[in-house]
Amino acid sequence: MFCEKAVELIRELHRISDGQLPAFNEDGLRQVLQEMEALYDQNQADVNEAKSEGRAELIPSIKVRHCCLLRDQRCVTAYLYDRLLRIRALRWEYGSVLPANVRFHMCAEELQWFSQYKKSLASFMRSLGGGEGLDITQDMKPPKSLYIEVRCLKDHGEFEIDDGTVILLKKNSQVVLGVAWDILSCVCVMSVSLCPQHFLPRWKCEQLIRQGVLEHVVS
Amino acid sequence: MSDVLSDAGSDSNHDDSQEDVMTPAELIAKLEEAWLNEKFSPELLENKSEVVECVMEQLTHMEANLQRVKKGDAKASVHRMEIDRIRFVLSSYLRSRLQKIEKFFPHVLEREKSRGEGEPSLLSPEEFAFAKEYLANTETYLKAVALKRMPPNLQTVDMLKAVPEPCLDSFVFLRVKERQENILVEPETDDQREYVVDLEEGSQHLMRYRTIAPLVSSGAVQLI
Repeated sequence: MFCEKAVELIRELHRISDGQLPAFNEDGLRQVLQEMEALYDQNQADVNEAKSEGRAELIPSIKVRHCCLLRDQRCVTAYLYDRLLRIRALRWEYGSVLPANVRFHMCAEELQWFSQYKKSLASFMRSLGGGEGLDITQDMKPPKSLYIEVRCLKDHGEFEIDDGTVILLKKNSQVVLGVAWDILSCVCVMSVSLCPQHFLPRWKCEQLIRQGVLEHVVS
Repeated sequence: MSDVLSDAGSDSNHDDSQEDVMTPAELIAKLEEAWLNEKFSPELLENKSEVVECVMEQLTHMEANLQRVKKGDAKASVHRMEIDRIRFVLSSYLRSRLQKIEKFFPHVLEREKSRGEGEPSLLSPEEFAFAKEYLANTETYLKAVALKRMPPNLQTVDMLKAVPEPCLDSFVFLRVKERQENILVEPETDDQREYVVDLEEGSQHLMRYRTIAPLVSSGAVQLI
């Protein structure tokens, strides 16, 4: 039956309802486009014949094919648009650099759309408040307390910060972080054995929590 | 909170550029009202870019003041928290708007285009630019990935028809700020008849958004 492949594309997305992005179904899309081409060609032929030879009995099947063409177009557009919405959500979830496994599921045009969306969003944020700029992808949750306890979920490894201190984020270490947002004092030291109070720039803390490196310990 | 903000307010001359001079507390109250209204309204509301700009200026002043406070001073952390709270509300407000712009982009652009001369604008200039880019980006994408490979008579999609409109009949909670009389409530089913209510000041109601939409923009009710 016509349009089955198109509906299958929709079902594929419907099955993955948690917002994850499945691989781009290049094959499925191509099949639908081929069906559309075939239907259109058949209709062209029939329309010509109906006009030149007055065969009015062809008209119902022309109408049916036209409806199928519209349905195919609608299903394909819905599939593509729903994927765009999921990709858009990724910018807000992961930031402007997507993990490789996600990028792998996107086709070239989707990557292009994402890159353009990032740019639009960035220039919008930069222009806020008369050119002052505000990163609205931060501050996603209302600030509840000044100090939060975080646990390191993964070995994030070492990273060096401005004053040369090397920090080691080791799995399962638990520290109390003073989340201070003073940009000047980005001193951060986390160690496995001690549980002292240390300071991380808050944007870094949020990011690390979102990326799954740190976990907010709620006691 | 008020002493940090009033320090900031008296430091600068930014109030000169506004017509109504607001105290910082009033400004933040206005921001919170706009934030709640935007959050609970099904459609995009009028833009409040003056409030946004003033709040951002306030935040800059508060940050500057905080730099001057001795580190480790207990007051500093409380003020820090306040700055963060305000920044959260501001970001949340802008995010709310952006989400609605993206969700209803063809309709939002259409409304802005067909707006009358004297009517207040729905989108700030930055939001307008963003919305246009979003539309262009999406259309280019659809064309490149599929539409151009379709039969000639199906190579365009009417965005106004394809993208759903906001549902103005959704129910919202509201609190009445200014007494309203003779609000006409449309019937929902064929059995009902339209009727008229008076909204007392301070009362709270659950109504269809469409009925009270003009009251939200005039500030007579507050969505909660």
